[in-house]
Amino acid sequence: MKKRILITVCALLVLALVLGLCQAVLMPKYRENPEGALIGEYYAEAGEHDVLFVGDCEVYESIIPAVLWEEYGISSYVRGSGQQLVWHSYYLLREMLEKETPKAVVFNVLALKYGEPQSEAFNRMTLDGMQWSSSKVQAIRASMTEDEQFLDYVFPLLRFHSRITELKGEDFRYAFSEPPAVSHSGYLMQTGVAPMSAELADIEGARLSDYTLPKTAMDYLERMRLLCEEKGAELILMKAPTNSWAYWWYEEWEEQIVSYAEQNGLRYYNFIPLCGEIGIDWSRDTYDGGVHLNVYGAEKLTSYFGEILQSEHGIADRRADTELSERWQGRVERYHTDKENREGEK
Amino acid sequence: MLFTSYGFIAFLCLLFVAYYFVPKRWQWGLLLAASYIFYAFAGWQCLIFIAVTTVSAYAVARLMARMAGRESDYLAAHRDSMDKEARKAYKAKAKKRRFGVLLCGLVLNFGILAVLKYTAFAVFNLNSALTAFGAEPLGIPDLLLPMGISFYIFQTMGYLIDVYRGKTQAEENFFRLALFVSFFPQLVQGPISRHGDLAAQLYAPHAFDARGFTYGLQRILWGYFKKLVIADRVLVAMQTMLDTPDGYRGVYVILLILLYSVQIYADFTGGIDITVGVAQCLGIRLAENFDHPFSSRSTKEYWRRWHITMGSWFTDYVFYPLSVTRPMMKLSKWSRRVLGNTVGKRIPVYLATIVTWFLTGLWHGAGWNFIVWGLLNCAVILVSQELEPLYARFRVKFPRLTASSPYGGFMAVRTFLLMGLFRSLDCYRDVGLTFRLWGSMLTVWNWGELGSGMMSLGLTLADWIILAGGVLTVAVVSRLTMRMDIRERLYDRPVLSWVLCGGLLLAILLFGAYGVGYDASQFIYNQF
Amino acid sequence: MEKLLEILTSLHPDVDFSEAEDLVDDGILDSLDIVTLVTEIDSEFDVTIPAEEIVPENFNSAAALWALIERLDEE
Repeated sequence: MKKRILITVCALLVLALVLGLCQAVLMPKYRENPEGALIGEYYAEAGEHDVLFVGDCEVYESIIPAVLWEEYGISSYVRGSGQQLVWHSYYLLREMLEKETPKAVVFNVLALKYGEPQSEAFNRMTLDGMQWSSSKVQAIRASMTEDEQFLDYVFPLLRFHSRITELKGEDFRYAFSEPPAVSHSGYLMQTGVAPMSAELADIEGARLSDYTLPKTAMDYLERMRLLCEEKGAELILMKAPTNSWAYWWYEEWEEQIVSYAEQNGLRYYNFIPLCGEIGIDWSRDTYDGGVHLNVYGAEKLTSYFGEILQSEHGIADRRADTELSERWQGRVERYHTDKENREGEK
Repeated sequence: MLFTSYGFIAFLCLLFVAYYFVPKRWQWGLLLAASYIFYAFAGWQCLIFIAVTTVSAYAVARLMARMAGRESDYLAAHRDSMDKEARKAYKAKAKKRRFGVLLCGLVLNFGILAVLKYTAFAVFNLNSALTAFGAEPLGIPDLLLPMGISFYIFQTMGYLIDVYRGKTQAEENFFRLALFVSFFPQLVQGPISRHGDLAAQLYAPHAFDARGFTYGLQRILWGYFKKLVIADRVLVAMQTMLDTPDGYRGVYVILLILLYSVQIYADFTGGIDITVGVAQCLGIRLAENFDHPFSSRSTKEYWRRWHITMGSWFTDYVFYPLSVTRPMMKLSKWSRRVLGNTVGKRIPVYLATIVTWFLTGLWHGAGWNFIVWGLLNCAVILVSQELEPLYARFRVKFPRLTASSPYGGFMAVRTFLLMGLFRSLDCYRDVGLTFRLWGSMLTVWNWGELGSGMMSLGLTLADWIILAGGVLTVAVVSRLTMRMDIRERLYDRPVLSWVLCGGLLLAILLFGAYGVGYDASQFIYNQF
Repeated sequence: MEKLLEILTSLHPDVDFSEAEDLVDDGILDSLDIVTLVTEIDSEFDVTIPAEEIVPENFNSAAALWALIERLDEE
């Protein structure tokens, strides 16, 4: 009997090990769809930022921390992912504020239009990258779509087992080692150019039946505000300058945000009307016909916003800090090399 | 709560732990509670129906038992004053009274089943008649069909008939009967157990038995393998074909027949494996429902091996009683006199067989396709019964050939294909369409496009390979179990046992068609 | 008993019914045979076998069946 129990225990251990190996191989490595790798890359740089940006694609395609450092000496990070919902942003922020105390937090407001979980795939891309913490547990609970199960997040094998038939070399290569970072401190570089045509620019968003921003979303914004207040960080709201018909920013939404910001004494920057001042040229500063900025547009916006952050919000120039400076210098160089390489490829 | 949900597995884990930790006299109470919790997940309305069946069955059985008790008291008290004839007359009268009580129970319960399951079908047919006469059709009602109602009503009515026949004791404790009616592992899809076999096991105390528990878990694992790796994967391809059945003629009909045979075998026997395995973990032995059905060499044999508990239910409670009723006996005598011995003696048997198969078809579902399916089975059984002398002569003439294994294999393949062909009626769900598509197997000659066609059914090459591997595994294991008890052999080789079971678990987790991710189209990213 | 064996043999000429002991359990007699038997017995011996007596134990051998017929005749 003793022997039998021993064998059982050993067998269970071996089984757990094998399942662990399988899971490591089966997890998506997000090389072709790098959006899924963004959230997990934060941990390597955690703990040294004065400004944290949270939001959806409108932050990770618009703000370049390397440029903020190079031009203003601002140490920052962008924690955004594809279709990152407000509660994703809230819990990600909560997680980050446990690890560091920034001076300011910038939240991009576009995601406030969603009051319901949207897509399982985007949930996974945002949540799988998070390390386990109470924030992750609550983020999962808040985000699951109808068909999802909490257990699938605890044991992602249950979710991704069907990838067994489509495994590639990268799945084995990066099963147990960190793959190279896809982002530059959370910024996902796009060097392509696909101009926004005059016809596209003329199309406005379809009319909606209800313009009230969902209560759930606004509640999370409020929680984000209280959290920042508690941690002594200034919450700043932004709206990226992009305004394509596919992701239209309605005047009615704008009013609600403006009034929320006023009521709570927050600064809110809507960059859409400031495009001219920033110098964005829709014929060359977008990679997908005006839905997102490319690196050239993002550089212009970042320069413009960095100036504001420094002068209006008192974010310090940290270039005198040699240790920090050294680390940032490496990132800045990597940023430029990457940009040159990509431009060379074309 | 589906067998293939995380919830069910969690439910089982909790139950198993609780079952062996509570005092043994509480075990059956725990099972009752668990069964009702399980059933409540299917919807609270279902509980009302199962409660009605339980209460009525309890009352009817108790009443019949009390009547039988009084009868024997009366007979004992008047032993000396009654002669043989008087006793016989009294017994017959008493039996008739008890039969009246039984009938109330049967009518009520089968009535509920009939109304819930067949009203829509009846109204549908009535409407065809009405519109033929130019009348307004009626609205087709949409009634709730409680989970497993066909199974638990059949099991409970079997109990009532057994009590009436004096084959089993009427249950005195209401809650014990409630457990017999609702025992959760068999609620979803049977097996249909007999009170005499199951009841005592349900109420008996069960000490933890490592061997039985291990066997149970292994059986459950095997069931999941069949269901998740094979059945649920095949379903994807079948669904594609059934969405536009007219687009898949000729060779695709053959493909569908084969796939459905694989699917229903894996799904049904897999489900029963889980059921029997769960019961075994609880120390309870359920009746086997399958005995290598695809090895059958004739339709008759197939029905002794497939869905055994349903077949024997119909034989014992419909076919036999129907064949030996007084009118049937009279018919038999009359037909022999009028039609001669050869034809005459067949009339009652045939009639009973046809009625039984009609009801068997109807039991499977409310639709003409099920009725036609039942009658086709019946026809094959009766025709081969008639041809039996011919076969016998053939066997005598070619003893070496007919005893050889290739011949046996041929017979098994023939039966498998025939049963598959009939079964496709319940895929297409439309008799006319089914017959048209059967015809297309002969008229549409599209074997050439099968290869590329198979890749367009929603399964990739990898899926087909996994499927083939799964089917092969099941075939080999099934073949082995005809010769030995695999679990018995493995028990004394724990390392090998773990390697195999671990491998099986791994295969289920990796190759199972479960979870959000299985729908590959869900996970196509857009650039945002 | 002679008569019963005759009936049985007419159903399955190739089986030796005086010896066989597991007619039902071995699948020699199936439900169709059993019903045929019941009707034959009814007309031959004027004994009606009720449905509750149709169990394998009563049909597994010619002897068991004969015992059943005698018992039913007694009652």
